[in-house]
Amino acid sequence: MTDLTRARGLALLRQMVLIRRFEEKAAELYTEGKIRGFLHLYIGEEAVAVGAMQALTADDNIVATYREHGQALVRGVSAGAVMAEMYGKANGCSRGRGGSMHLFDVSRRFWGGHAIVGGSLPVAVGLALADHMRSRRAVTACFFGDGAVAEGAFHESLNLAALWRLPVLFVCENNLYAMGTALERHQARTHIVGKAEAAGVAGDSVDGMDVLAVEAATRRAAEAVREGAGPRLVEARTYRFRAHSMYDPDLYRTKEEIERWKARDPIALFTAALREQGLLTDEDIAALEASVGAEIAAAVAEAEAGPWEPVENLLRDVHTPMDR
Amino acid sequence: MTKMTYREAARSALREALRSDPRVFLMGEDVGRYGGAFAVSRGLLEEFGPERVRDTPLSENTFVGAGIGAALGGMRPIVEVMTVNFSLLALDQIVNNAATLRHMSGGQLSVPLVVRMATGGGRQLAAQHSHSLEGWYAHVPGITVVTPGTADDARRLLLAALREPDPVFVFEHAYLYPMEGEVDETAGPGEIGRAAVRREGRDLSIITYGGSLPKVLQATDVLATEGIEAEVVDLRTLRPLDTATVLASVARTHRALIVDEGWRTCSFAAEVSARIMERGFYDLDGPVQRVCSAEVPMPYARHMEEAALPQAATIAAAAREMLPRRG
Repeated sequence: MTDLTRARGLALLRQMVLIRRFEEKAAELYTEGKIRGFLHLYIGEEAVAVGAMQALTADDNIVATYREHGQALVRGVSAGAVMAEMYGKANGCSRGRGGSMHLFDVSRRFWGGHAIVGGSLPVAVGLALADHMRSRRAVTACFFGDGAVAEGAFHESLNLAALWRLPVLFVCENNLYAMGTALERHQARTHIVGKAEAAGVAGDSVDGMDVLAVEAATRRAAEAVREGAGPRLVEARTYRFRAHSMYDPDLYRTKEEIERWKARDPIALFTAALREQGLLTDEDIAALEASVGAEIAAAVAEAEAGPWEPVENLLRDVHTPMDR
Repeated sequence: MTKMTYREAARSALREALRSDPRVFLMGEDVGRYGGAFAVSRGLLEEFGPERVRDTPLSENTFVGAGIGAALGGMRPIVEVMTVNFSLLALDQIVNNAATLRHMSGGQLSVPLVVRMATGGGRQLAAQHSHSLEGWYAHVPGITVVTPGTADDARRLLLAALREPDPVFVFEHAYLYPMEGEVDETAGPGEIGRAAVRREGRDLSIITYGGSLPKVLQATDVLATEGIEAEVVDLRTLRPLDTATVLASVARTHRALIVDEGWRTCSFAAEVSARIMERGFYDLDGPVQRVCSAEVPMPYARHMEEAALPQAATIAAAAREMLPRRG
């Protein structure tokens, strides 16, 4: 992209580095027992959330998966609120009810991390239906993985969104594995854009390790959706560098394959590109790392200092309080 | 008061809701051009148009999920799932999303969704079209389960469901649709979570809901000719359950018979029985009894299906067995 300014380049890089360092810290805290449950790291996939989110406005809806720390942070959910949620504290973004897999911030139209693969797609279609019926000119961006394309909900949701021309932007983060099962081991046809086209949804496939390419593809798709063209799908081909979750011994893929993808680390690629264009210095990197480090330290402090929800509130928020 | 069918009463509530609240819309399989599989929504497409009366593809999981999303987005969707049998395809959305999103988000959102579906057997539709699974749904915290057993309740409980901020599942027994009852179309919404005593009596309490209510009332008419006066409690809402009304009735009659079209094992009747044991045990003069469906997938042949389902005669027989021998 020729119009890349130094300021924008630094901003994109900082968002990716924030996700990376935040998750490295989360993994460390997991081994210390501060964070429990499932923890799914996004490391390696940062360019997808960062690139895609540039095309979305504050009026747009975001629906994410259980691997959603990146989307939440880029959307503006504070690192402290996310970290506190993973600690299970009352100052977490879901008051300690959700954990890593269920980050919510309705004030930012961040409608959650969803932990049933494919289960969030129908909800995204419904958010778009509401916008359509209320004449709100917004896009609902729905992130999901390649594993979800095996679910009936994927096909049903694309069909319904296309049938009713709803403003949904489906973003498939294709990291090649449904947990431990490679795409070619669970799909007769691995061409995800082809599946979308079969449902009447135009799709585009993009290098998910290239933040600017993801941004450009998402922007094109989001603008079409916003203009009333109906749903679009963007497939970002990416790779997770870490195991599926902290429990995963990662026995189903080779070290060589992982190393091959690590050579295309989205942060390293973008750093190199910025340097090549003279938009980034060693001092910039040091300052950026220091700033991110301080933000994460503050987030951990916020989580550590946060209160536990009183157990008397156990049954709270099952139903909405109302005067009968 | 107007005499109308259960079907017309449900339609009356839908029409009233669509007229009075622009956020309300109806979607589901064949609700529009076909007029609804049970003709509940007949005429609504013509009156309100295709934006607000939406025919969906046969994708229960997705259109129920879309209802959840639309509710999050500020609408008041009414989703019709043709029958409870097909709602099994939407269990993920119902149990994992509708029931959980408010709590899982720490109370940041509400899902004001109404899902209506036909339930029950008795029409020779065999094992895949005759389920009574409302008791399953009542197991799940975060949703409300309503089971109108009269035409008036079909209207008023649906209106009440639309006032709830959280998901409500309305189970309309298919056998009730053509039944007529007195309906006050000027009355406001009913009260969710409040049972009704449909008949007073001193000898035993028969606790039931939904499609079993008319059968119970037939049974109690027969029993009355024999000098047995049964009290009939219509639960109306399975979750939240009006335990107080059940216990008050049992305290008066000292005997409880629960009639539930679900299978006996893990039935809703088992829950009602447990609550009576926990809090009404010392009011009882004898064990709580149940009349439920036989433990068999529903057979097609009429005589076999009749034998599998609770019937007025089996209900009356169970009631007689519970009372001391006379003479």
